[in-house]
Amino acid sequence: MPVRASVQGSKKGFSLPQVPKILVYIVGFIPAVWMFYAGITDQLGADPMRALEQALGLWAFRFLIATLAITPLRQLFSVNLLRYRRALGLLAFYYALLHLVTYMVLDQGLDWAAIGADIVKRPYITIGMATFVILLPLALTSTNAAIRRMGGQAWARLHRLVYVAALGAALHFILVVKSWPPEPLIYAAIVAVLLGYRLVRSLGRRAEPRRRPA
Amino acid sequence: MLIRHPADILPSEITPREVYLSRRQWMAGAAGLALTAALPKELGAAPLSAAKSSFSVDEKLTSREDVTSYNNYYEFGVDKADPAKNAGTLKTSPWTVTIDGLVGKPQQVGLDDLLKSSALEERVYRMRCVEGWSMVIPWIGIPLADLIKRVEPLGSAKYVAFETANRPDEMPGLRSVFPVLDWPYREGLRLDEALHPLTILAVGLYGETLPNQNGAPIRLVVPWKYGFKGIKSITRISFVEKQPVTAWNKQAPNEYGFYANVNPNVDHPRWSQATERRIGEGGLFVKRRPTLMFNGYAEQVAGLYSGMDLRKLY
Repeated sequence: MPVRASVQGSKKGFSLPQVPKILVYIVGFIPAVWMFYAGITDQLGADPMRALEQALGLWAFRFLIATLAITPLRQLFSVNLLRYRRALGLLAFYYALLHLVTYMVLDQGLDWAAIGADIVKRPYITIGMATFVILLPLALTSTNAAIRRMGGQAWARLHRLVYVAALGAALHFILVVKSWPPEPLIYAAIVAVLLGYRLVRSLGRRAEPRRRPA
Repeated sequence: MLIRHPADILPSEITPREVYLSRRQWMAGAAGLALTAALPKELGAAPLSAAKSSFSVDEKLTSREDVTSYNNYYEFGVDKADPAKNAGTLKTSPWTVTIDGLVGKPQQVGLDDLLKSSALEERVYRMRCVEGWSMVIPWIGIPLADLIKRVEPLGSAKYVAFETANRPDEMPGLRSVFPVLDWPYREGLRLDEALHPLTILAVGLYGETLPNQNGAPIRLVVPWKYGFKGIKSITRISFVEKQPVTAWNKQAPNEYGFYANVNPNVDHPRWSQATERRIGEGGLFVKRRPTLMFNGYAEQVAGLYSGMDLRKLY
């Protein structure tokens, strides 16, 4: 897959300096480390647990969006960041995991009855949990070995679940707030654009062969 | 019960004489405020003195820093830190409150005149937000009942409706393209709730006039109800016959009832109300504490709701 991408990238001569992938992970984890440090040193304001919980969730969503932005960037602007996509996707997963652990341990104090009731009774938590469950197999099959074992097509089909995860994350964010403040709606709009782009493109492709004979 | 004395002692019977004179000090404080108005930090922070009230709870106070930096005041933004950042633009002096509707003495009254109805008291109250967190705040204010009695509501008045200042020029939230609420912010109480001795109009906290982000210059505090009932920066108090429209109830009637009594047994549709996080307690490792019926004021207020189905009338 990277072969085709780099060909497209070199066509317009738009090349970005390559950085080691490990740097993406290191930079990617800075917000988590900083938030946790700020939390234990009392720099997160009046409600530090909530601030940490929300920041981790938001960063998970941001990395998920970044992952979804790779393809349009390549196709529309010939900016090829494909080699970082796995790192971004895994960062989204790790942040979602930290977000979930914060909710279970710091927010709910491992009160399993309360957590269970939340999952069953609160749609935003049901959706959030489902989104995490969707991300789990994607993270587990993120290795080269998994791609080889599954075969490229089956792997790609499975990883289309990331679209569902993005919808879940957007809905989770909208449902957790009171009223309709702009921030979750802006994030939802970004997801809509990224997914809408793919939908339009795939519909266009399907329409093409029919047009040719006419 | 954490309340030191039950509710049947009238504040006026226990208020020391010097407190009756405290309004002068408040005025002096307001004058001092005018002089220091150029310093943004000092806005809304003139000293106030008030008598300790027997209605106070004996619990650890939430720090002034937390009380004044973690606010829901959507007129100034939806983030908890926004009001402290943005509310400085609200001009709180001069301030006039319109009292109208089914009332013997309708009037437009300046803040200082309004406070004449009784001496300032300090009330340490629990504050439980509908979002699941709580604080303990030393308010300074007057019983709403004292004001109500002074303006002589008619027999037909069954509810009291309140309105926040409606000033897009001074309130960025009111200029938003996507309004979060149907402005102006409105709240209401049944007349007997408004007359309850625990219900106060607050003008200060922590020994000083209210900071703007906490609802300066005058706001409602109803400690047994969720915080959103405590309407801020009040400009109108109307006496009406029918249950008035209230902001959050209008926005999402299935989530925010007119009564909005703190009730651990009736969940918000999107989250549980059984427990709460006390702000400033435990930091990152805060432990949830059980939410108390009527926020711990059941002994004083449960009688107001006898015979009512609080699951339906949440």
